[in-house]
Amino acid sequence: MDIPWTLQTGAGAWNPLLWLVGFAVAFGVAWLVRSRGRPDNRSGDALKPFISGNEEPENAGGHIPASNLYWGFTEAMKAYYSRLVPFHTGIPSDYVAWLLGVMALMLVIALTV
Amino acid sequence: MDSLALHLPALLVAIPLFTAFLIPLAGRAGGTVRSALVILGAALTSLAGLALAARVFAGGTVLYVFGAAAPHAAIPMDSGGIPIRIIFQVDALGALMVVIAALSSLAITLYSLAAESRQSGKDGFYSMLFLLVAGVLGMVSTGDLFNFFVFLEISSLAGAALVAYRIDQGEAVEGGLKYALLSTVGALSVLMAIGILFAQYNALNIATVASRLRFGALDMIALVLLAVPLAMKCGAVPMHFWTPDTYTTAPSSITALLVVSSQASLYGLFRILFTLYGDLLRFNWAVFGWFLVILGALSAFVGVTMAIPQKDVKRLMAYHAVSQTGYMLLGVGVGLAVFADAGALAAYGKTAMAGGLFHIINHAMYKGLLFLTAGAVFYRTGTRNLNRLGGLGHAMPWTMVFFMIGALAIAGIPPFNGFASKLLIYESVFRFSPFLAILAMVVSILTLASFVKVFHSMFMGPPRAEFAGVREVPAPMIAGMAILAAFVILAGLVPQAFVDRMIAPAVNALVDRAGYIAAILGGH
Repeated sequence: MDIPWTLQTGAGAWNPLLWLVGFAVAFGVAWLVRSRGRPDNRSGDALKPFISGNEEPENAGGHIPASNLYWGFTEAMKAYYSRLVPFHTGIPSDYVAWLLGVMALMLVIALTV
Repeated sequence: MDSLALHLPALLVAIPLFTAFLIPLAGRAGGTVRSALVILGAALTSLAGLALAARVFAGGTVLYVFGAAAPHAAIPMDSGGIPIRIIFQVDALGALMVVIAALSSLAITLYSLAAESRQSGKDGFYSMLFLLVAGVLGMVSTGDLFNFFVFLEISSLAGAALVAYRIDQGEAVEGGLKYALLSTVGALSVLMAIGILFAQYNALNIATVASRLRFGALDMIALVLLAVPLAMKCGAVPMHFWTPDTYTTAPSSITALLVVSSQASLYGLFRILFTLYGDLLRFNWAVFGWFLVILGALSAFVGVTMAIPQKDVKRLMAYHAVSQTGYMLLGVGVGLAVFADAGALAAYGKTAMAGGLFHIINHAMYKGLLFLTAGAVFYRTGTRNLNRLGGLGHAMPWTMVFFMIGALAIAGIPPFNGFASKLLIYESVFRFSPFLAILAMVVSILTLASFVKVFHSMFMGPPRAEFAGVREVPAPMIAGMAILAAFVILAGLVPQAFVDRMIAPAVNALVDRAGYIAAILGGH
């Protein structure tokens, strides 16, 4: 049976409509569970975040800058980045050299195969 | 009305060209008149583009012969069987690109009206913007090699001028210079290749040259001289270095248009490989298919890994543009690699190509949207530095929502359009090489991680004191972003409709070399 809005991928199918319905059902269940909770649980100390016993920082100091995010990823990939980043010299003649280099390589391949 | 429809291909380029040259005159009459002309020009250009595309998708390839008694009279009686006039030949692939340019240019022009309102030199800015649009539309419509070169040059020169538009900022001039240098070297190479082909076959028409091609050594040299610069212009690794430098420094609206311009080069690359050189018996499909596949895989992975550590939001997005181009090259490359194998082509090759082509239009919309949101943030805060930004979600809710739509789409999260095209690519590429499919999925995960960082850095957190006066951007900027966001959602919700009506015909046009040639030479 053809369901409207179904994307045929050759090996399978994808229907955004069914996905949205599933999403709505999951949202409804979550809302139902939440509505059955204690109404007084959002008062007093329950609203305070627990930061390993430390004081909550002031609002403005609570934002983590972009450079601190994914530090672990870039640190783990240091060997990769230390080789890749130096290619990005910012020098226009280097850029042209890369273009000509690829062109030369492709010329050799195209004329020999 | 019929007569108007007949001349749509000419109007497609004539409208933005005339608008470009009229803008300095309108500017003499005042800013309001100029803005009215800009809106009118953008609306008419888009209308002509969409009407032409609708005609092509409904009725097949549209020919337009400039100067002929009838627009479809490709070969004059006394020309010896050679189509000597300039011919626009818009098939379904060209029409797909026209739709991209038409929608994007309308959204970007609307956005620019407010985004550049505080800048001087607006006459030159809008003239160049319309020249860039004319160049892109010409590149994807023409059926003539030299004409393609001319439009490539128009778009490159206008693009370089627009990148350097904020001339008071040194880095903008540097970005413009790099774009101009690389474009000029690439264009010289393209011109040399066209010269080689013209010298051998005494023709410039793509269909005619394709029908006469002998695949000798000179032809293969011409192929490399054509294909490599076009791959460079679409930002493929390892020729992508200009992309972050140029995309970062250009005004955001122009960056979004440069994405479209890069995709016109991608169109050129596909047209050269499939139509000009695509002789099933004599062309080495596997070698050039793998050329695209390797460029695609490298671009996808290097682009995304270079994006993650960036601190400048537009530089980060520029590396993602490189990465996303990788998906397009990968999808179409797989199709090209298995083109000579009818079984593999039917089983997954065409689906891979459909994924690649669908990703072109999807990418133009969500990446354009993302660049516009970055521009909106810069418009209000004056900085692109992610370390300095934060808490803007409180003051710029619309921009935040548009950013979320674009970010989820580029990361391939359902139900947005990026997911649909990536799914087609994953599933088909998996049958070609599971390793490449897994690599593509890893790249998507890293893309999501990267945009989570941007979202957190720009919009999350408490309001910051230095941005206390920040408020939402003006309505024209929101309208521009809304057009692109609407497409992102729509193409995500009804992807099969887009595939059936636009993408599948574009794939068929791409592989139907005989049909392309017959549209010009058939019956003679």
